Amino acid sequence: MNLHEYQAKEILAKYGIPVPPGKIAFTADEAKQIASEYGDLVVIKAQVHTGGRGKAGGVKLARTPEEAREKAAQILGLNINGFITKKVLVAKGLHIAKEYYAGMILDRVSQRVVLMLSKEGGVDIEEVAAARPQALIKYPIDPHKGLRPFEARELVKRAGMEGNLNKLADVLVKLYQAYVGIDASTAEINPLVITDSGEVVAADAKIVLDDNALYRHPDLTPLREFEAEHPLEVEASNYGFSYVKLDGNIGVIGNGAGLVMYTLDLVQRCGGKAANFLDIGGGAKADIVYNALKVVLKDPDVKGVFINIFGGITRADEVAKGVIRALDEGLLTKPVAMRVAGTAEEEAKALLQGRPVYMYPTSVEAAKAIISMTGGTK
Amino acid sequence: MSILVNKDTQVIVQGITGREGAFHTEAMMKAGTKVVAGVTPGKGGQTMLGVPVYDTVKEATNHHRVDASIIFVPAPAAADAALEAAHAGVPLVVLITEGIPTLDMVKAVAEIKAMQNVRLIGGNCPGLITPEECKLGIMPASVFKKGRVGLISRSGTVTYETAKALSDAGYGISTCIGIGGDPIIGTTFKDLLPLFNEDPETHAVVLCGEIGGSDEEDAAAYVKEHMKKPVVGFIGGRSAPKGKKMGHAGAIIMGSVGTPESKLAAFAEANIPVADTIDDIVELVRARLG
Repeated sequence: MNLHEYQAKEILAKYGIPVPPGKIAFTADEAKQIASEYGDLVVIKAQVHTGGRGKAGGVKLARTPEEAREKAAQILGLNINGFITKKVLVAKGLHIAKEYYAGMILDRVSQRVVLMLSKEGGVDIEEVAAARPQALIKYPIDPHKGLRPFEARELVKRAGMEGNLNKLADVLVKLYQAYVGIDASTAEINPLVITDSGEVVAADAKIVLDDNALYRHPDLTPLREFEAEHPLEVEASNYGFSYVKLDGNIGVIGNGAGLVMYTLDLVQRCGGKAANFLDIGGGAKADIVYNALKVVLKDPDVKGVFINIFGGITRADEVAKGVIRALDEGLLTKPVAMRVAGTAEEEAKALLQGRPVYMYPTSVEAAKAIISMTGGTK
Repeated sequence: MSILVNKDTQVIVQGITGREGAFHTEAMMKAGTKVVAGVTPGKGGQTMLGVPVYDTVKEATNHHRVDASIIFVPAPAAADAALEAAHAGVPLVVLITEGIPTLDMVKAVAEIKAMQNVRLIGGNCPGLITPEECKLGIMPASVFKKGRVGLISRSGTVTYETAKALSDAGYGISTCIGIGGDPIIGTTFKDLLPLFNEDPETHAVVLCGEIGGSDEEDAAAYVKEHMKKPVVGFIGGRSAPKGKKMGHAGAIIMGSVGTPESKLAAFAEANIPVADTIDDIVELVRARLG
C-alpha cells in the first residue's frame, strides 16, 4: 500500500525524524490560509500516488499567501501520470544548504533490508545508481541486530556527507525503527536536507507498506485511499482477487499468478494486448468465477475474455458452472474463449457443450482465437 | 533416486487440524506420503486422519523420526512455525502458507540459513514432489509421472502444466520443487541445481522462472560453471509492465533489476535455451534427451 508524502512524514515525525511543518489543503483558499499562518516561503506539493510530480508541474514555491493560492489552484486538478490531484501539501519552505538521499528497501539478493545512502539527493536515485553506482552506498542490515548508531555514523562518513554527524546518523537509526515498526517495504527520504542553520530535515518522504503485514497495523489501514486506485482494482480486491488493470482489450482470467502471467505473455506473443491480470486463486468455486467475469466485463476496454484454467485444486467444472451462471444472467455480452485442462476437465466440457462459449484444447489456440474475435492483431 | 524426498521420508504436518492442513494431509497420504504425526499448539493428544497430534514439534520429534515438516499454519504464525521446526532439528521444512509478513520472513530465513543441516523451502510455495514416492505439497499428484526431468519453479499452476506436459510426453519428473513466489524465500534455484547435478536419475533440469529479483541470473551463472546436465529455461511475465506487482509479491520489475531482458541474456550466456510456451519446454527437452 502506497502512502502519500504527508502521511509518510507524519509517521517519520512520530519516530522522531524532523520534518518541515505542513498541512493539507483541498482548495486554493485553504492553501492561502495555511501559507498566511506560516508567513514565509512555502512549497505546495501535489499529493498523488505517483512519482515525477516535480516534472509534471505538481510542486511549486510561493512567497506570499496570495501566490500560494494561485499556485495551489494550478496544481489542484492537475493530471499527473493519470492521477488527478485532489489535495496539496502546503509545507514551510526550507533554506537548503545540502540535499542528500537516504532510503531503505527490501533486497532479495541479500534477503535483508538494505540502507541506501547518497550525497547526491534531490534527484531520481535510480538515475544516480545507473550513472554513478559508486555514489550510492548499499548496506544490508542484520535483522536481529537492527541498525546501530555506530554503523549509521560509519555509513554517513563513508557516503561523504557533511553536516552534523550525530543528527544524520540519528535519522538513519530512526528510519530503520520506523521501517520495522510499521512493516514498510520501502521508506525513502529524498531529499534529506541540511538547512542553512545546520538542521537535518526530511524534506520529502515516500513509504510503501507491506500488504501482508497490514493486519498488524489497524491504525494505518484507514490511510488506504480507494479513490486514488483504479476503481476496478478496488472492486477486485473486495472480492479477494489479485487484479491489475492493463492497457489492452482482452480480459484475462486464470488460476495462479504464474499461469495468468503466462497467459498475458501468450496474448502478447500472438499479437494481442491484455486488458487486465486477474488471478482467481486456488480452489475457486463457481461464484468466484462468476464474480471474476463481472469485474473483467465492467471494464469498457474489454472486447473479449480469455479464461485459462489448469485444474489442480481448482476444479474445471466449477469454473464452467461460474461461466454458465454468467451466461444465464446475460452477463456475457462479449466473446469468451476458454481453455480448461486438468481436474474435472471432461465434466467442464460436458457442462459447456452447446453453450455459446468457445473452447480450445491449448492456450495458444485460445489466445489466437480471442485475438481474432476482438479485432485481430495490432 | 530423487532429491530431498523419497518413499522413506517421514513427514509431520504443522497445522494439521486446520481446514487446509487436514485437506492436504489426506491428499498427501493418498499420494503415498508417510505422514507420521501432526502438530497444532493446544490440540495435542488428539488423533487426526489416523496419526497423533502433538502440541509442539519437539514432542513430535521425541516420538518419531521426522525427516520433513510441511506447514499450513496461518500467515501471522507461519514464520514462527518454521523456526520451531528448524530448532527441533527437522532437516527439511516446507512452508506452504501465503501472505506472510515480509519482515517475519527476513528474520526467519536469516536465522535458518545460519543453522547447519536445515533447509527451508517457501513460503508461499506449492511444495515438492517425487512422483509415486512422496508428495510434500499441494500439487495435484495425478499430473506427475515418475521420470527423469528435474523441475524447479517459482509458480504453482505453470509447474503443474509443465509437469503434465513432460509426463504426457513420456519423460516424467524425478523431483519437482515449487520454490515460491515471494521476494524472501528459503531456497532458490541455485541452491537446488547442485542436488540435481549429483542425482543420477535426473537427466535434465527445467527452470521455470519469472520476472522480478535475480534468482534466474544466479542460477544461470551456476549452470555455466558447473552443470553437467542439459537445462531448459522458461520466463513468465515477459509482457508485464514495470513497477506493477503481478500476483506474486516477488514478480515486480524495479528499475533494471528483474527484467525479462536481463534474465534472457543470462540464460543465453549460459547456453540455456528458453521456451516461449509450455509446449516448447517439452520440445526443448526432447531436443536434448531424444
